[in-house]
Amino acid sequence: MSSPPASEARPGHLAGGSGPGPSRRPSRPSRPTTASSGWRSWLHRIEHRASPYLYVSPFFLLFAVFGLFPLIYTAIISTTAWNPRRPGTQDVSVGLDNYKALFTDDNFYNALINTLGIGLLSTVPQLLLALAIAHLLNYRLRGRLLLRMGVLVPYITSVAAAALIFNQIFARDYGLLNWALQPFTDGVVDWRAESWSSWIAVSVMVTWHWTGYNALIYLAAMQTVPYELYESAAMDGAGKWRQFWHITVPSLRPTIIFTVIVSTIGALQLFAEPFLFDSSRNNNGGAEREFQTVVLYLYQQFWVNGRYGYGAAIAWTLFIVTVIIAAINFLIVRRIRSAED
Amino acid sequence: MRSAEPLTRRPFTALIAVAAAAGLAAALTACGSDSGGSSGSGGSQGGPVTLTINVFGDNFSLPKDRSLYDEYEKTHPGTKIVENRSDFGAHHQNLQARLTAGSGAADLEVIEVGQIAGYIGQPDKFVNFHERDVKTDQWTDAIVQRASTADGKAQIGLPTDIGGLAICYRTDLFAAAGLPTDREAVAKLWPTWKDYLAQGEQYVAKSNGVKWFDAGGHVFTGILGNEEQTFYDREGKLIVESNPAVRAAWDATVGAITSGQSAALAEFSPEWNTGFQQGQFATITCPAWMMGYIQGNAAETSGKWDIATIPGGSGNWGGSYVTVPTQGKNIDAAVELAKWLTAPEQNVKLFKTIGNFPSQRSTWETPDVADFVSPFFNNAPAGKIFPKSLENAPSQVAGPESGVIGNIFTTALNSVEQGTDSNTAWQKAMDDIKAATG
Repeated sequence: MSSPPASEARPGHLAGGSGPGPSRRPSRPSRPTTASSGWRSWLHRIEHRASPYLYVSPFFLLFAVFGLFPLIYTAIISTTAWNPRRPGTQDVSVGLDNYKALFTDDNFYNALINTLGIGLLSTVPQLLLALAIAHLLNYRLRGRLLLRMGVLVPYITSVAAAALIFNQIFARDYGLLNWALQPFTDGVVDWRAESWSSWIAVSVMVTWHWTGYNALIYLAAMQTVPYELYESAAMDGAGKWRQFWHITVPSLRPTIIFTVIVSTIGALQLFAEPFLFDSSRNNNGGAEREFQTVVLYLYQQFWVNGRYGYGAAIAWTLFIVTVIIAAINFLIVRRIRSAED
Repeated sequence: MRSAEPLTRRPFTALIAVAAAAGLAAALTACGSDSGGSSGSGGSQGGPVTLTINVFGDNFSLPKDRSLYDEYEKTHPGTKIVENRSDFGAHHQNLQARLTAGSGAADLEVIEVGQIAGYIGQPDKFVNFHERDVKTDQWTDAIVQRASTADGKAQIGLPTDIGGLAICYRTDLFAAAGLPTDREAVAKLWPTWKDYLAQGEQYVAKSNGVKWFDAGGHVFTGILGNEEQTFYDREGKLIVESNPAVRAAWDATVGAITSGQSAALAEFSPEWNTGFQQGQFATITCPAWMMGYIQGNAAETSGKWDIATIPGGSGNWGGSYVTVPTQGKNIDAAVELAKWLTAPEQNVKLFKTIGNFPSQRSTWETPDVADFVSPFFNNAPAGKIFPKSLENAPSQVAGPESGVIGNIFTTALNSVEQGTDSNTAWQKAMDDIKAATG
């Protein structure tokens, strides 16, 4: 067997052609009869066509069970007045009444505003901080690996454990932060009693948790930026700051877009931090819902008040809001991309 | 990770981490009990069986003392009891979720009195104790009724304790403010709630920052503890907005808050726990079960507390029931344990070790209860104070959303403590109640 035909056959096989090529026939003299060969080639073709779908099917099967089914079931529940404390309400259909009620529910709008406010207050500083940390970690530093691992520690710490500490920092009486602020304020700040202060507190918790994670993503992207770019920039007299602004940031654009989208969706679904920051543990997000996010409101209506139908309606509305915001995100990103080209 | 609702609740674990760990433990042991149960031949008598019991606080044990369970395991060889604790809100929410799902509940589930009305509408999900040879005449009709369906055909819970009311106060803080410390003399300071709050106003004027009480929600609940109808009337109609008693309790509490008497510590929060240790308030509305809470919370204040009669002389707040969900695999064994745990002897033991006051009237006269004094509370005769507050206490009417409504009021009063105008807070509370019950 000479080498050229063999190397010729391989690309043909890779391209998906399973039919016996003329160059291969001599090497396979004992080929079965035509009928069986047709059956085989059919099988082969099916395998080629179907196998990719088979490989991705686990995801879609799991998604159907844990994603699609709950989604549909939630939609069905959202049209009922189901309350487990009131027998017989499970099958009472109320049409779209839950959604109608939601649109006039001040508490829902309040939760939406809180979610967007906390989202902005946490996402923007978080990503800027992550960028700065990644930039610093990209330098040749002593104990670089340790530092890089270190920024991930907040991320692997359980939110509940971190909340214990933050609750003490932001406590009204005997709180660490109020103690530190003593020289600058008269009286104490009741962090949970005002929107601005509770938003800051919750945002700090979120930022603390996610900054390291984003920093590592940025760092990984920074390491793919060719060193020569910096070298030639330095030769042209660009300082560190200009290098960062004109080389690092543009190179990171796709990564930044990715983190912005992921953080935005995460911010819309914020739950654990405000849930744990409410030390009265009644899911109200502060006595006047100062930091009650949409998911926390959903949780309160569903679990505490037993309004399964209404809770489901909130869940679906939030889903739609998330899709809309993700779509807007996507459009902006496409704009940036095309502007780039 | 779950949550809570305060007004009518009982102690719950303070640390979130502990709660989380308990939740995990609950999940793990729930699986364990399933397999243990099935291998134990479906709850037949005598076989080895593991019974799980879900509680929301010091219902039958203290964090370091499970002697009651040990005693049962000793007298019932082959039986193992696993207790899972979670905080008040999480406990009741999880129970509802598991009842709806049809699996996952423990063999025994404790339900608090303010919550049980929410479960009475689902009698098929619980063992009916009428069919289980329980002597219901050991309790008053009112106590049994609260855990029974309207037609009286099913009783889903066995009563454990009952929350007779008193005021617990700090003798050292009283002395520092020039107030009497003797419990007889202290009781004379507040024949009524009005007197109690007037006294508070005088107290905070010279107390150097120490507040009169811990949280407005507790005063509100205390005042309503002497009312028969609060949020619902006898026919089950929601009367919260039109009930003058509710509005009066609200106004009195709001008045006390605006005159600076409240330490504004969200009930059962970590800040509230710290408040005990730091002596941030001089008095607290004190149902019998609160004794256990104070001792667990601020052991170092032993001897500085005393107990005086509740303003108005009577009242009730709290208490619990043990239920057996029908989805369990060891129903017979669970019923047997439930009956044993709620028997008078055990309730008396719990009173002496934890403070939970027995629901059986027959025990109140026994020397074990009547002669009990609490060293932590300066040897206050708890065994006499609490039954006295219950003698004239009305039997309170509760409805399916009583727990939710109580929670809304607590939150609203908390917002007043944070500076919200009281009329705005009241209106918001009414809106929330309408939404929750509508």
